[in-house]
Amino acid sequence: MDISENRDEHNLIRDLKDTLDKEKNEQLKDIIVSSIYAKAEEIASDVVVKESNRKIDWDQKLDDILTSKYSGFPIMFLLLGVIFWITIVGSNYPSEMLSNLFFGIEDHLTGWLISISTPQWLHGILILGIYRTLAWVVSVMLPPMAIFFPLFTFLEDLGYLPRVAFNLDRLFKKAGAHGKQSLTMSMGFGCNAAGIIACRIIESPRERLIAMLTNNFVPCNGRFPTLIAMSTILLGGLVASRFSNLAASLFVSVLVLISVIVTLAISWLLSKTWLKGVPSSFTLELPPYRKPQFGRILYTSIIDRTIFVLGRAVVIAAPAGIIIWLLANINVGGISMLNHSAAFLQPFANLIGLDGFILMAFILGLPANEIVLPILIMSYMSEGAMLELNSIRAMKELFIANNWTWLTTLNVMLFTLFHFPCGTTLWTIKKECGSNKWTLFSAVMPTVVGVTILFVITQLVRFLGLA
Amino acid sequence: MNSICKSCPKADLDQNFNIKLKDHNEFVIALAGNPNVGKSTVFNALTGLNQHTGNWPGKTVSNARGIYKHKGKRFVLVDLPGTYSLLANSVEEQVARDFICFGKPDATVVVADATCLERNLNIVLQIIELTNKVVLCINLMDEAKRKGISVNIKKLEKKLGIPVVATIARKGEGLDKLMDKTYNVALGLETTSPKQIQYPKIIEDKIEKISKQLQDTLENKLNSRWVSLRLMEGDTTILESIYTFMLNKENTYVEEEGAYIYGYQ
Repeated sequence: MDISENRDEHNLIRDLKDTLDKEKNEQLKDIIVSSIYAKAEEIASDVVVKESNRKIDWDQKLDDILTSKYSGFPIMFLLLGVIFWITIVGSNYPSEMLSNLFFGIEDHLTGWLISISTPQWLHGILILGIYRTLAWVVSVMLPPMAIFFPLFTFLEDLGYLPRVAFNLDRLFKKAGAHGKQSLTMSMGFGCNAAGIIACRIIESPRERLIAMLTNNFVPCNGRFPTLIAMSTILLGGLVASRFSNLAASLFVSVLVLISVIVTLAISWLLSKTWLKGVPSSFTLELPPYRKPQFGRILYTSIIDRTIFVLGRAVVIAAPAGIIIWLLANINVGGISMLNHSAAFLQPFANLIGLDGFILMAFILGLPANEIVLPILIMSYMSEGAMLELNSIRAMKELFIANNWTWLTTLNVMLFTLFHFPCGTTLWTIKKECGSNKWTLFSAVMPTVVGVTILFVITQLVRFLGLA
Repeated sequence: MNSICKSCPKADLDQNFNIKLKDHNEFVIALAGNPNVGKSTVFNALTGLNQHTGNWPGKTVSNARGIYKHKGKRFVLVDLPGTYSLLANSVEEQVARDFICFGKPDATVVVADATCLERNLNIVLQIIELTNKVVLCINLMDEAKRKGISVNIKKLEKKLGIPVVATIARKGEGLDKLMDKTYNVALGLETTSPKQIQYPKIIEDKIEKISKQLQDTLENKLNSRWVSLRLMEGDTTILESIYTFMLNKENTYVEEEGAYIYGYQ
């Protein structure tokens, strides 16, 4: 290497060291950029003539309302509420129909298995283990998904989602994160694993990591059915039946709001502690509103989303069904292994207002959030009382029979929002950030957040004697 | 091996930017502008099927090049990534900046959207700070007309000090004139005198101070006023690029030192 030239480099850097003062740079950058903007504005105002009162710009008018500081957020909240309401009201009837159908088939299957003299244990695994789980997953999850996804896709196709991102952008900036995180978070509502892959659009590694670590805080499609069902149970008991659906849908919206608030809070915390830095800027372009293509909406929401999520649930639920059935039916010392495990978890679960079975369901549900509820139901049902589960009301009775209170229901919902990501999401995080440490962190952190929230609420409610 | 032809300025194009020229009579034209302004439409309309796509060396940003002939000369048109600025906030912006800075195109055509000229002017102003061989193409004139927006091209030319051409690339309107102007600028038949932004005194004083320190290294190969501004903003990527493209060196030292200055780990 040429020594003299090498010295040149050193000198250049050293000479410039006084100039490269980080604090001052930020101010100078602002001055420089605003000078450029001012010049652009000056020139544009001089050469561009805009004819007034020509055609009314509807896009602009609509954006003024939908992205306004004041009406933007209430409208977002209302739209979300309406979607959940339609989903809850619309899915009750088909759910019941499907479940009647499946349990009718179950009787026939049982009869047929008996007629060919199948051993008792095989019947147990096949029918009570696998078939029941599948029937449950399909009948409870299919109708809400078939209604929720087309509605969500409709908003997406209309061009509303970029406006949501625009509204949230400001808040993410304030939290020290990248504005684009509002986009990746919105994707997380569909699927957290997809949301995490979407984090590639964020250039700065610091901000990308924040977006990846907090993506799991918003509920994905796999968790919405649980939230909707739990909300219906909780508010069905508290509010007059005429308003219970309305209240339930509003409550799910509130939960979504909470999940966004927690996302922002944790992003802020991370950017103040382990992932310090200044948020970088970007320009978000709002695409024009488009007339939705209904054919495409139905295709993407039914094929790409409903069938995909359901398929994943079914594929994972079937083996899980076997495991649960085995755990519930293999006895050690007169008590089933399921009971042993639940009893082991019980003391801790009780502290945070859950029970051992619920905690077990969340742990066994690691492969996919979709199967947490089915696992829980199977665990409860394997405890002797073999009631047929054909509606949300029956599910509620089952839970009450297992000593659930309103607090338990609320806690299950909150823990659904705030616990470790599913297996697919964890695997995606590992692939995207390439670090075992951060992957572990992404599993532990939300769990700690969830346990803390549950602990505080439970202890507070018990202290006040409310439940 | 860049030492084969040290004297000719286009020798580094192949090595640094993957651009192979047939002979020294070919002209390199960079195509810059914001995203969604019809830049690709202009590119396709000019080059037709004579295109080649690939990646920027060492970057995951795609790079399209095409060839068109005008008045008997061959022009290599390089489609830069669509960006809102040249401030190196993203890989795309860095790629666009590095090409205009170090690829030394014979002319740079900036495509702008007539319906939102103000926002598009930001990158135009940044590019004319860097090079004076610029032609501005105001595209989407039909859409602007539909929205009741008209742009005074003559006045804009005077304000910026560079040739401005109005086009409707989708219909091929104005492209002949765009090629004429580009031809003139690239061959030096038409001299441009871009109007520079005057910054507040605090900035101008600093520019003067820093550019003195830079002159020895830059040797007039790069606009020292512009580099001073970038350094003032705290952009170290420009130093890295100077070492990579101008001095053809590994830039580890810059990275370390830059990290030291900024207190990153």
